[in-house]
Amino acid sequence: MKLIVAIIRPDRLNEVLEALYRSEVRGLTVSRVLGHGGETERVETYRGTTVKVDLQEKVRLEIGVSEPFVLPTVHAILKSARTGEVGDGKVFVLDVAQVFRIRTGEQNEAAVTPAEPVAVSG
Amino acid sequence: MVQIDKADTAWMLVSTALVLLMTPALAFFYGGLVRNKNSLNTMMMSFVALGVVGVTWAVAAYSLAFGDGGPLLGSLAHLGLTGVGLEAKGTIPHVLFMVYQATFAIITAALISGAVVERMRFGPYVAFITLWTLLVYAPVAHWVWGGGWLMTRGVLDFAGGTVVHINAGVSALVAALVLGSRKDYGRQAVLPHNVPFTLLGAGLLWFGWFGFNGGSALAANELAGLAFTNTFLAPTATLVVWTLLDYFRTGRATAVGAATGIVVGLVAITPAAGFVSPAGALALGGVAAFPSYFVIALRSRTRIDDSLDVFAGHGIGGLTGALLTGVLAEKLWNPAGNDGLLFGNPAQLGLQALGCLSAALYAALMTFGILKVLGLVMSLRAVPRIEGVGMDVSQHGEEAYASGEGSILVPPDALVPEPLPAFTPQMASR
Repeated sequence: MKLIVAIIRPDRLNEVLEALYRSEVRGLTVSRVLGHGGETERVETYRGTTVKVDLQEKVRLEIGVSEPFVLPTVHAILKSARTGEVGDGKVFVLDVAQVFRIRTGEQNEAAVTPAEPVAVSG
Repeated sequence: MVQIDKADTAWMLVSTALVLLMTPALAFFYGGLVRNKNSLNTMMMSFVALGVVGVTWAVAAYSLAFGDGGPLLGSLAHLGLTGVGLEAKGTIPHVLFMVYQATFAIITAALISGAVVERMRFGPYVAFITLWTLLVYAPVAHWVWGGGWLMTRGVLDFAGGTVVHINAGVSALVAALVLGSRKDYGRQAVLPHNVPFTLLGAGLLWFGWFGFNGGSALAANELAGLAFTNTFLAPTATLVVWTLLDYFRTGRATAVGAATGIVVGLVAITPAAGFVSPAGALALGGVAAFPSYFVIALRSRTRIDDSLDVFAGHGIGGLTGALLTGVLAEKLWNPAGNDGLLFGNPAQLGLQALGCLSAALYAALMTFGILKVLGLVMSLRAVPRIEGVGMDVSQHGEEAYASGEGSILVPPDALVPEPLPAFTPQMASR
């Protein structure tokens, strides 16, 4: 059982969600975040004011998965979030001490959906 | 020689300003309907027309449209506004007539942008509307208003159903087909980012349209009063019918639907405004809701990405209005016009159809040609990667709703003017 945290480009979010759906990965949290991974800074000009946009908008995905799902999830994200340019983001795989499902009180492997991969195409 | 009339001049000064306001209004109407990341670019597509089409009009297009010429095209006599002075044109100064017509050319070109938003590059768009104004708008305006062949045959187009709306609507459809659909079209939900903008735009368009139709009498007289009244009545009926259609088909009266209904009503009454009775205008407005409503519903099920339904709204709305002019026109209300089908002159309907067909055909062929030629020397649309990032940042280096968080101020002397490599098309292909 692992927690997968992925930072991706906002404009790749739909592709990533589609790829995760195809890999039967259900249950995730998405948040809008700011950050940068060393990509070329963007310059914007508003009349006399010129700024370097240092922090880019990114999207963070958090997905709790059972062991058999770790690689399919990571592969789905790697494949769908990639544009080949600096700034595509990162995928972190973290160990998780314990998981509880609030509705049922189920724990650990039983609390992340699903327990077994059905079909992996991603 | 006809003298300049001061009342007419006063009304035409006001009308000209009213019509010019329609282009910023259109920017809001369109800008609200696109996604946040493309909203500035969409609005700029309208605003830039104020500049480039305005200049093109003054330099050459006015002469091609309204110079004394043959049945197909004006002349080169007024190039660079030569001979456009303070003398009377009708009962108003010639210069004022020229500016009034300029505001029509500007909004007509801007209307097309709705079909190519969120993907067409800014430079090619500017080149396109410049050429389109010269090669499509000016000739068609000459045919219908400048003494050309449709005018001499007696085709009725009071304020531009054919010249403005069918012309722009058909060109928009062709442009959408040549450009191809947006990468996300039909794959994910593409929703309006600011519906209040769209309502604001529709409201301001209606306001400006009183100058568009009321001013097309070119005088402050009874005819202007009739056109003004009809410009009020027709959209009221379209708005009611559109809202009822919305309600019975989806169970809700939508705001985007209301905004669209108003614009369709305005488009439909445009060719008829000075030829039909107020009761006729009400009927015309109500009927006009149906074709546009169902063409929008059908279009969105196809792969044709006329993104903001310019063809359904302006092409079909203009066609409905132009044909119904041939049905509802009455000499009783405008002796300079003609009777329509209902008043014993079925030939007028045929003439109207001829006007629609020839303008549509010409606009389609020329738009296709202009875009194909431009496509040989530049790439018309952004690559998918840039489309994903959004046209605001990639085309203009600005965001509509910048927070400033994470931005570092660059002192003026540290400016690096060259464009950033991340946003050139060559680097961005995936």
